[in-house]
Amino acid sequence: MSLSSSRIAFRQQSVIPGFGLTMGLTLTWLGLIVLLPLSALFIKTSELSFERFIAIVTAARTLHALQVSFGLALAAALVNVVFGAIVVWVLVRYEFPFKKGVDALIDIPFALPTAVAGIALTALYAENGWVGSLLAPLGIQVSFTPLGILVALIFIGLPFVVRTVQPVLADLDQELEEAAASLGATRTQTLIKVVLPSIWPALLTGFALAFARAVGEYGSVIFIAGNLPGVSEIAPLLIVIRLEEFRYADATAIATVMLLASFALLLVINRLQRWAELRGSRHG
Amino acid sequence: MNALDHTAHGHGASEGLPSALEQSHAYAHHGGRPARTEPPAVRIALTVIALAFIGLFIGLPLITVFYEALKRGWAAYVAALIEPDALAAIRLTLIVAAISVVANLIFGLVAAWAIAKFEFPGKSLLITLIDLPFSVSPVVAGLIYVLLFGAQGLFAAYLQAWDIKIIFALPGIVLATIFVTFPFVARELIPLMQEQGTSEEEAAISLGASGLSTFFRVTLPNVKWALLYGVLLCNARAMGEFGAVSVVSGHVRGLTNTMPLHIEILYNEYQFVASFAVASLLALLALVTLIAKTILEHRLAEEDR
Repeated sequence: MSLSSSRIAFRQQSVIPGFGLTMGLTLTWLGLIVLLPLSALFIKTSELSFERFIAIVTAARTLHALQVSFGLALAAALVNVVFGAIVVWVLVRYEFPFKKGVDALIDIPFALPTAVAGIALTALYAENGWVGSLLAPLGIQVSFTPLGILVALIFIGLPFVVRTVQPVLADLDQELEEAAASLGATRTQTLIKVVLPSIWPALLTGFALAFARAVGEYGSVIFIAGNLPGVSEIAPLLIVIRLEEFRYADATAIATVMLLASFALLLVINRLQRWAELRGSRHG
Repeated sequence: MNALDHTAHGHGASEGLPSALEQSHAYAHHGGRPARTEPPAVRIALTVIALAFIGLFIGLPLITVFYEALKRGWAAYVAALIEPDALAAIRLTLIVAAISVVANLIFGLVAAWAIAKFEFPGKSLLITLIDLPFSVSPVVAGLIYVLLFGAQGLFAAYLQAWDIKIIFALPGIVLATIFVTFPFVARELIPLMQEQGTSEEEAAISLGASGLSTFFRVTLPNVKWALLYGVLLCNARAMGEFGAVSVVSGHVRGLTNTMPLHIEILYNEYQFVASFAVASLLALLALVTLIAKTILEHRLAEEDR
């Protein structure tokens, strides 16, 4: 598909009608709903002087908020890669009761509105909640601390890792593992030298997807975070606060940083996915 | 344990294998060392870890929603749902979702036709642009519409002259929702329609069918399950969107509050039972969506065969 399209410099002749109409509508709608509004952000940012932009972005409270958003998103994505890999392994390779139901549960964070997830996690991990009351005697407070943010970001990120890695592991030819074993490899060696390299691109892609989603997450976090400036205040919340204070320049500048970060992540994810596909086709 | 062995070995045995591998397979199956799977203790430990993780982060939060909603009994639960502000929020959510889903349904079909049925340069860039809203933070998605249509926005003068209100009103909520759900339908359709190719459509056209009847009689039946799947996911997100809508809504009780915003307000007022009651409706929607999704995936897989 990609080969044939890159060889042709113009649209291929086709008997199928409607290219002009559908392409025109697609570009118009895309332009109106997505591109025009996004460019409004850059237009508004360009109205700021460079010094002003830098001053806003490097203000202590902004830096803290960005640090909290990016740092905890990274931590949550790492947790999800480790536990997501275990979940995938168990779901693909083992049998246990209610496996289909457990498998379906993985998609809950995709389908459950973030506000619902937010209040549920807060209640669950609060000091008087089912899990929070078990952690309280150990001196661990989750709700209303940065740890709570981590919990919310783990929740929303998990399906990205699992659903990216699961099909790859399911397609993996187990004969390779067998061949490794018959050549004298221990199970651990086989897992590290045969299985891990095959699912590595998918794991990285899942990690990047979970990270990208977590960086911009708002709904599930603000309930559980406590939202203390400099401690548990995430960057998207700071944008909302600045908007409510009518400090549009501040909101715009912070949003521009967030948007540029998402674009960069999108590029990385596209690269990773292409790499993963290439790997998949070579092995498969 | 038998069930575990079965999946670990079943896959390879069902396929024709070269004899060397067949031998190693037999060795693995009957021989002394467990070649293809982990020791039972490790398997049990991993299963327990995975289930505990899913339970802690997904299962328990889901149960919490319904437990907290019904904590004070059914009377309190129902009272929270039939209260006028809750009803207004439910109504607004349904309106917003209906408009957004229809808009994205039409866009998805149109875009998929242009992208999947024709070859042109820049196709992958176009697909990336359609996917773009997925990688934008919801808050930023709301903000960009405020920057366009808000009191200080780029179009503020025109909107004031014509007395049109977009931000803190229904149009803004709908626009922000369309933005965050933009890729859902298109991204389900495009890969499927690309895979199906153009031969069936070409045959219909060469037999004299018009473009529209080819679309309705050939293309649409071929993609109906994927389309429904995309609509379902789009609807779930449209009804549950919080961040983007929160920025453009203005939080006017009974007027511009969608269900997720209503949940937030009740929660911040410490009306936990009422808050979780409304939340339970959205949780039910999520569960129904997932069940329908599972059924649809089954259908899609069957049609693939």
